[in-house]
Amino acid sequence: MKKRKRIKSSTVLLLITVGLFAAMYLVGCIIYADKGFSHLQTFLNIMVTNAGLICVVCGMTCVMLTGGIDISVGSLIAMDCMILAVGMGMKGYSTIPMLIFVLAVGLVFGLVQGFMVGYLKIQPFIVTMAGMFFARGMTAVICTDQVSITQETNAQFYAWANAKLNLPAFLGYTNNKGMLIVPFVRPTVIIALLVVLVIFIVLKYTKFGRSMYAVGGSEASATMMGLDVRRTKMKAYVLSSFLCSIGGILYCLNTMSGSVQQAKGLEMTAIASSVIGGTLLTGGVGNVIGSLFGVMTTGTINTLVTTNGKLLSSWANIATAALLCIFIILQSVFTLVKERRK
Amino acid sequence: MEDQILLTMRNITKIFPGVKALDNAQITLRKGEIHALMGENGAGKSTLIKVLTGVYPFDNGEIHMDGVDGPMVNHSPLEAQKNGIATVYQEVNLCPNLSVAENLFIGREPQTKQGFIDWRTMNKKAKKIMENLDIDVDVTVELENYSLAIQQMIAIARAVDMECKALILDEPTSALDDNEVSKLFKLMLHLKEEGVGIIFVTHFLEQVYVVCDRITVLRNGQYVGEYTVKEMPRVKLVAAMLGKDFDDLASIKPEGGMNIGNDVVVSAKGLSHKGTIKPFNFEVHKGEVVGITGLLGSGRSEMVRCIYAADRAQTGTLHMKGKLLKARAPIDSIKAGMGFLPDDRKTDGLIGDLTVRENIVLALQARQGIFKTLPPARQNELADQFIEMLHIKTASRDTPVSQLSGGNQQKVILARWLCTHPDFLILDEPTRGIDIGTKTEFQKLVLKFASEGMSIVFISSEIDEMIRTCSRMCVMREGEKVGEIDGEITQSSVMAAIAGGDEK
Amino acid sequence: MSFLKKVTRKSLFLPFVCLVLVLLINLIKSPGFFAIAINNGVLYGRLIDILNRGSEIAILAVGQTLVIAVSAGTDISVGSVMSLSACFCCMLLAGFGVNTTDTLALPMIVGILGGIFIGGVSGVFNGTLVSKLKIQPMVATLILFTAARAIGLLLNNNQITYIRYEPYKFLGNFIPGCPIPTPIIVTVIVIAIAAVVLKKTSLGLYIQSVGINNRAARLLGINSDLICFLCYVVCGLCAGIAGIVASSRIYSADSNNIGLYYELDAILAVALGGNSLGGGKFNLAGSIVGAYTIQAISTTLLAMGVSTDQAPVVKAVIVLIIVAVQSPVFREWFSRKMHSRRALAKEAAGS
Repeated sequence: MKKRKRIKSSTVLLLITVGLFAAMYLVGCIIYADKGFSHLQTFLNIMVTNAGLICVVCGMTCVMLTGGIDISVGSLIAMDCMILAVGMGMKGYSTIPMLIFVLAVGLVFGLVQGFMVGYLKIQPFIVTMAGMFFARGMTAVICTDQVSITQETNAQFYAWANAKLNLPAFLGYTNNKGMLIVPFVRPTVIIALLVVLVIFIVLKYTKFGRSMYAVGGSEASATMMGLDVRRTKMKAYVLSSFLCSIGGILYCLNTMSGSVQQAKGLEMTAIASSVIGGTLLTGGVGNVIGSLFGVMTTGTINTLVTTNGKLLSSWANIATAALLCIFIILQSVFTLVKERRK
Repeated sequence: MEDQILLTMRNITKIFPGVKALDNAQITLRKGEIHALMGENGAGKSTLIKVLTGVYPFDNGEIHMDGVDGPMVNHSPLEAQKNGIATVYQEVNLCPNLSVAENLFIGREPQTKQGFIDWRTMNKKAKKIMENLDIDVDVTVELENYSLAIQQMIAIARAVDMECKALILDEPTSALDDNEVSKLFKLMLHLKEEGVGIIFVTHFLEQVYVVCDRITVLRNGQYVGEYTVKEMPRVKLVAAMLGKDFDDLASIKPEGGMNIGNDVVVSAKGLSHKGTIKPFNFEVHKGEVVGITGLLGSGRSEMVRCIYAADRAQTGTLHMKGKLLKARAPIDSIKAGMGFLPDDRKTDGLIGDLTVRENIVLALQARQGIFKTLPPARQNELADQFIEMLHIKTASRDTPVSQLSGGNQQKVILARWLCTHPDFLILDEPTRGIDIGTKTEFQKLVLKFASEGMSIVFISSEIDEMIRTCSRMCVMREGEKVGEIDGEITQSSVMAAIAGGDEK
Repeated sequence: MSFLKKVTRKSLFLPFVCLVLVLLINLIKSPGFFAIAINNGVLYGRLIDILNRGSEIAILAVGQTLVIAVSAGTDISVGSVMSLSACFCCMLLAGFGVNTTDTLALPMIVGILGGIFIGGVSGVFNGTLVSKLKIQPMVATLILFTAARAIGLLLNNNQITYIRYEPYKFLGNFIPGCPIPTPIIVTVIVIAIAAVVLKKTSLGLYIQSVGINNRAARLLGINSDLICFLCYVVCGLCAGIAGIVASSRIYSADSNNIGLYYELDAILAVALGGNSLGGGKFNLAGSIVGAYTIQAISTTLLAMGVSTDQAPVVKAVIVLIIVAVQSPVFREWFSRKMHSRRALAKEAAGS
């Protein structure tokens, strides 16, 4: 048999994602050159704004690898932010215990969802939809008004939120007033990238990570090969909600507030980012690097819309949904063609 | 080495609600032997395997395995694996999205000192395994890029690497072409030399004679016999598998022969469907009962599915009552006057939660269209009519059909088609899993409808049945129609036609 | 079979019990609960209120029942499609960019039909994705779940559009001279149409057949894809009608709030109605009873001080309990427990 050089399908998908992102960013640079789009800070700002989303998407990718989905993430973030805002902003509790509490909430949330999906074998969509409404409702139960965290109520958190990590000066530019603007990132970005790194290692180099791929590829085969499918699925949902809580903390560092309307539609952006990043809805295929670029892509769409200034923010929502729709249809057509070829 | 017993199963009985799948079945496997396990549908082959590998518990009997003290009972495939029994199923139980190397090592990946997966070692080991078995693959590529044949061999390689003593191959060659089959056989012979005992479940006669040492035949859950390949001519093997089922009733065909008209009701020329049935010609006359015979997997069901447009024909033409019929979906065939009783009533026939009445009137309703609903009174009338005519045993016409016994369920499906007064009715294994009395009822009904002018195709694994009802037989082998028998149809002529090849 | 067994076996039994339970709780808390009076020529009372406000949910439940029965999947876009229909209707009636008007740019019937039409278009979109492209229903409807509201907002130029034209309010409130709230009348009409169609055609039978055994249905001549597609279109139309009613209540199109959380209510209604979320046989009457039960629960919660934003917590828990109990894993565990208990009881009785 002749040995042909086979390009792995996962590499192809990654290239498509990166290409799409680069193309969009380039378009932005061209159209909005006068608005300073091409500055490095724009790129960095996308990462700063989406640090929380990056963590969420890592978790979403894991769940989607097992062939499931988690639409509770947006509401969980809202609930986490509200807990932090009320706890630190209103009640004045100290930072570290609150952060630990929020992470614990994420763990428990994930355990309940994971148990229902993995062991009771209920459809992930129904379980996480109930989770979504539960968390959204709980946010209102905790407090119906918008609550802010200010410097007075919690100086430490405030300081973290405003911390800047400056990049080398030569990457900066001089503005029209003659001042040197140095590009910066916030620590949240570092944390988000660390999360990506950790999940990357888990997915590639641990048994748990590989078992998620196996379960998504063929549940029946995974069972026959001796993998504990139920446990793997449950752990995936625990991981998703836990990462979502980390994302919630980062998100709160960004918004410094909690409100009932927060993070509405975030689950859609997370799913879209994952799918654009090359994760198959049917499971078994996907990786966090692609998902990271997926977030950058959806983030670019948002930035393109806001830079325009004249377009309503709804357009970003619609564009993301349209992109997701296209990718889903492409995935489905691809699968149908493969089936027919067999 | 051949005479060292590796595995014995004795007096195995397994009862499911309503059916005895295994009745004192047995098998003996020796080291370094390739042992064929054969039998038609319902013979119990797959049940026996599942009992051995722990998928089902068994009700009676004993299993002994070399190296295991005392009787062996496997509670799960994993346990069976630990005891040295590996199974490779027809639906390859590997993950298509993972690489070849990973599929070989899932669950037992080589690890680095820190506990992470050691990809380099895994890939190296995988490469070595493939080379040892003379399989040419790139182990880092995803499994789905390789053909089914290669995937099966990789599944076998995994089993072998986990040091199995007994390897069970369940219908491994059904989807392989000749080239791939010979590669598989090479691998099997290689394993045989290493002392692995192989149980080869198959229905391909030719292949059995090429590579197997012994054959065990099951029929209706019972053990028929164990034979060595050298001493077992083909026709005898077919006879053992299909056998003479109970039946000492005399011929039920009407005296003076069947009333066959001259009109050709269905005429198919060159019909085929990619992957299932090669181009064939087929004709039925009015009032004729044509049988389609051949072993399981020979393409009997595929041929009628193609005629009925359940699998849309991709080549050829079909004429119904003289007019060209371009059927794109079953509804077109139904409207032209066809009916189809599928061989798997559970997945293709019954709408389980619906009532007997609803199941009976459904095809007629579909033919009439969504707007011309059958009034409830008419539905009740039809249901009662057929419950009586076919002696369907049901608490009422509004009982969910899932609660009926197998035979009665089958009668409901038959009633469904009779409602539509088809000119051409296809019966695919209508008597499978049905008690003897009902079987004879069905056979008599077939002749009755034929005498009333209906053209019928009758498919059955039991040659006896077909001989009693059919006036002509089509013979299928390995996906194509290979011949016809008309005139005097006898058991020996049919079996010879099925067995084919050179008589040994 | 004893009378008790006969009654409990009936498919409407469980939904009725739930409804009665909720109503009883209300009765205990506020003795005047069942009082109905006529003030100013119209019916008043808590019961009337439940029937009135539950109209949208009941209308949605009709479509959702069919979707769940035929495909074992749920249409989660219905709330957002309600909003989109409302926005489209108001945009037509007020003219694009106009945010408040007391004269109509187009005849009222055009607006209303336009809104319903948009609902149908959404149904076509969902139906195509699910039946033709074989995409999971959940994922397919997730797209409109987000996009529909955003599109509605755009149609209304990012504002709330007010239609201060008296007759427009009739649909969501009262037609002059008629004591019954109009939404109730609309609901009755929708249910009546559904009942007639299901009875007079074989659609109900086909839907159940496709839902129970898709393969067998196709083999006996049913066009499975078409039936599945139709159910999603109907669900979209129902969402459109419900959206117009909701909009007429507040004579405006508030993109962010119309239909909010209604998809949960619709699915809950179907589940409470005794329908299996796994598809197959369905019971439309049960879903309707379920819809009013949900509304009763919402009203009860409101009376207890739980706001509409907080109510989803309770409903989410109820959904989880219902699906957990319906799951085959739980059922098996439960029957095994019952079996062993019975066996122990027998042993104890025998010894």
